[in-house]
Amino acid sequence: MHLSNGMGSMSTASSSGTWKSGDVVSDQFPAGLRVLVVDDDPTCLMILERMLRTCLYEVTKCNRAESALSLLRENKNGYDIVISDVHMPDMDGFKLLEQVGLEMDLPVIMMSADDGKSVVMKGVTHGACDYLIKPVRIEALKNIWQHVVRKKKNERKDVEQSGSVEEGDRQQKPSEDADYSSSANEGSWKNSKRRKDEEEETDERDDSSTLKKPRVVWSVELHQQFVGAVNQLGIDKAVPKKILELMNVPGLTRENVASHLQKYRLYLRRLSGVSQHQNNLSNPFMSPQEASFGAMSSLNGLDLQTLAVTGQLPAQSLATLQAAGLGRSTGKSGIPMPLVDQRNLFSFENPKQQHMSSSKPMNLLHGVPTTMEAKQLANLHQSAQTLGAANMQVNAHGVQNSSLLMPVPQSQPRGQILNESSGNHVPRHSSSVGQPIISNGMGNGVLGRNGIVDSGRGVGYNPVHQNSSMLNYPLNNSSQLPGNNFTLGSTPVMSSLASKGAFPEDVTSDIKRSSGFMPSYDMFNELQQPKSNEWDLQNVGLTFDVSQHTHSIHGSLDPSVLVHQGFSSSQRGGQSRNPSIVGKTMFSVGEGSHFGNMQNTGHHLNGRIVDNTVRIKAETVPDATSQTSFFHEQYGQDDLMSALLKQQDGLGPAETEFDFDGYSLDNIPV
Amino acid sequence: MERNQLRRQVRLMRQSLFDQGFLDEQFVQLEELQDDANPNFVEEVATLYYRDSSRSLQILEQALQRNPRDFNKLDNYMQQFKGSSSSIGAKKVKADCQQFREYCNAGNAEGWQGKLGQSRHHVDPSNQESHQQPESSLD
Repeated sequence: MHLSNGMGSMSTASSSGTWKSGDVVSDQFPAGLRVLVVDDDPTCLMILERMLRTCLYEVTKCNRAESALSLLRENKNGYDIVISDVHMPDMDGFKLLEQVGLEMDLPVIMMSADDGKSVVMKGVTHGACDYLIKPVRIEALKNIWQHVVRKKKNERKDVEQSGSVEEGDRQQKPSEDADYSSSANEGSWKNSKRRKDEEEETDERDDSSTLKKPRVVWSVELHQQFVGAVNQLGIDKAVPKKILELMNVPGLTRENVASHLQKYRLYLRRLSGVSQHQNNLSNPFMSPQEASFGAMSSLNGLDLQTLAVTGQLPAQSLATLQAAGLGRSTGKSGIPMPLVDQRNLFSFENPKQQHMSSSKPMNLLHGVPTTMEAKQLANLHQSAQTLGAANMQVNAHGVQNSSLLMPVPQSQPRGQILNESSGNHVPRHSSSVGQPIISNGMGNGVLGRNGIVDSGRGVGYNPVHQNSSMLNYPLNNSSQLPGNNFTLGSTPVMSSLASKGAFPEDVTSDIKRSSGFMPSYDMFNELQQPKSNEWDLQNVGLTFDVSQHTHSIHGSLDPSVLVHQGFSSSQRGGQSRNPSIVGKTMFSVGEGSHFGNMQNTGHHLNGRIVDNTVRIKAETVPDATSQTSFFHEQYGQDDLMSALLKQQDGLGPAETEFDFDGYSLDNIPV
Repeated sequence: MERNQLRRQVRLMRQSLFDQGFLDEQFVQLEELQDDANPNFVEEVATLYYRDSSRSLQILEQALQRNPRDFNKLDNYMQQFKGSSSSIGAKKVKADCQQFREYCNAGNAEGWQGKLGQSRHHVDPSNQESHQQPESSLD
């Protein structure tokens, strides 16, 4: 139509490489913005085209979603933004939205005459960057270029961050980093960003006229390579440049790797259930862990714990890992989630909401504890080292590992926490697994108090709640624990761990990763040292029945919930934390002779031993079944050991045995 | 002379359409989109709309005939129709669509029938075509 006449010349003029990615924007910008409009309604299509042309954009019309997709695929860099209708006969607009986001990662604006809240919400959840209500006014279209700029900006920032952040990362708490994408990070990375900007601008642009560089689709193989490279280097040392070299994929740029690494990290964080960032990173890591765990039975527990605690890997993964490691099926905990699943989880593409994966981890721990106990203990010692290694692996996978590792027995204060946990199950992680691990009470902050008594629930010991708070809790009381200082503070833990000899590095790394998951590690180490054997056993016992508390071990341990739940859940969730139950989490769960409970929990603990340390205060944990791992923080290792031992006997009267208020993982049914 | 008269007529007609609520603000937007480079934009869009809407109404009618009535589908069709009507500024039609959808949700088929008839009337080309033509003829 003649409409194009006038615009035609303009568009051509404006389209010639005016839009530069990044900061450099041509004078004509936003003129020349290449828009693809998809709508089955010809009237709307025509009107939109006209309006967009009036805004000086370059418009391409499409009345079918399929043809739009093929257009986009043929010309990967041919468009800057896509506007799509919601209701279309051949394909749902949201589906198209997802596809475009996955394959081309372009900003997509949805539009519809339907302004119902649910529809708009759907747009948001599917990743639309904006939603327009029909009739669309030209004013609304005038500003769509902001989405393009924003996206580019974030992308660049990601890249920079992942690249330059490496160092920064180490120093900062993961939690802070967690929000890579958030604007909060911007401040910290400003300098590097600026630096990077310059480099990137030149690098990025393959052809100056395109807005974005060619998109790299991270296929499964490519991703596997990536993960392999990252694992090889170690998650902390994984720098885009090195990863790129290791991967040795032609055509892949450092920026591609950097941004992918960024996402990967977020993913891991999520998985580990670090409360800080709960992205549901699935625990793909878990699967690999399993293998490694096998070797490290004890480690598994720990790892799992850590992981569980840290994050996504809630009890389940831990349990699984543990189980895997220990070689025993997480029977108890029934770690439902096979590690493998976790693997799947990890795909950036996948909805990050994979809490589920985290739940899996819980199981791991869960299962582990029980059987592990005996073996674990012994293994733990050794595994400690292996664990360290395992951790690494785990870590590699991402946060998950950390969570797992930190078997911080989340013994939830039975009485108190248990209730909560049982009730709450770590609601947070709806991810089925009740990954208590994370919830292991380590619940950021909550841990401190009650005791992260991990009533054996799958609280993936990860006392390391993402928040360092976790560490605080047990540690406070850790006076008893000689080594354990359950200093939640991840760092401190690490050191203690290191001293222990147990996976020192790993722990640290895990801890780091899990951002806070340290405590468990620490505990574990401590435990290990003194009575590793016993402890292990104990821990094992602590591994609360993951199955039971599955819910609690939600990957996304809610800090508060975690604490309570954490433990119970972790225990349930299959916190199968290995005996490495760093569970020294001594939670002063309550005073009380909950041993009885402990015992119960012990059963559940299935290897949640990690929580052994957690002294379960005499809280009368009503929920006996789940918790078992009341780790009383104060519980010194000795106490724990004895408690554990006692428990092993059959969850003997914990109360009597333990002087401490809490129960040590005596209940851990070995 | 005649020209002026015609112009006046067109203006009045246009005004009445607005007054009666057949057209709304959106239509004005469309008019603004028209310029020298695109002189017949409004006419083109209106034509397109008529064609499209008659098709939509037909589909709707057919869907209504079908038994049992698939209200979901009806809702979808109506959604489409509403979208295009609102884009062109056809206010009454849009309102009708809204009503339709409500009937749909309530499963009220009879209401549908009634509304459908009404919409036809609202969309009635004679209403708007006559509005368009004089304008273009005056160019």
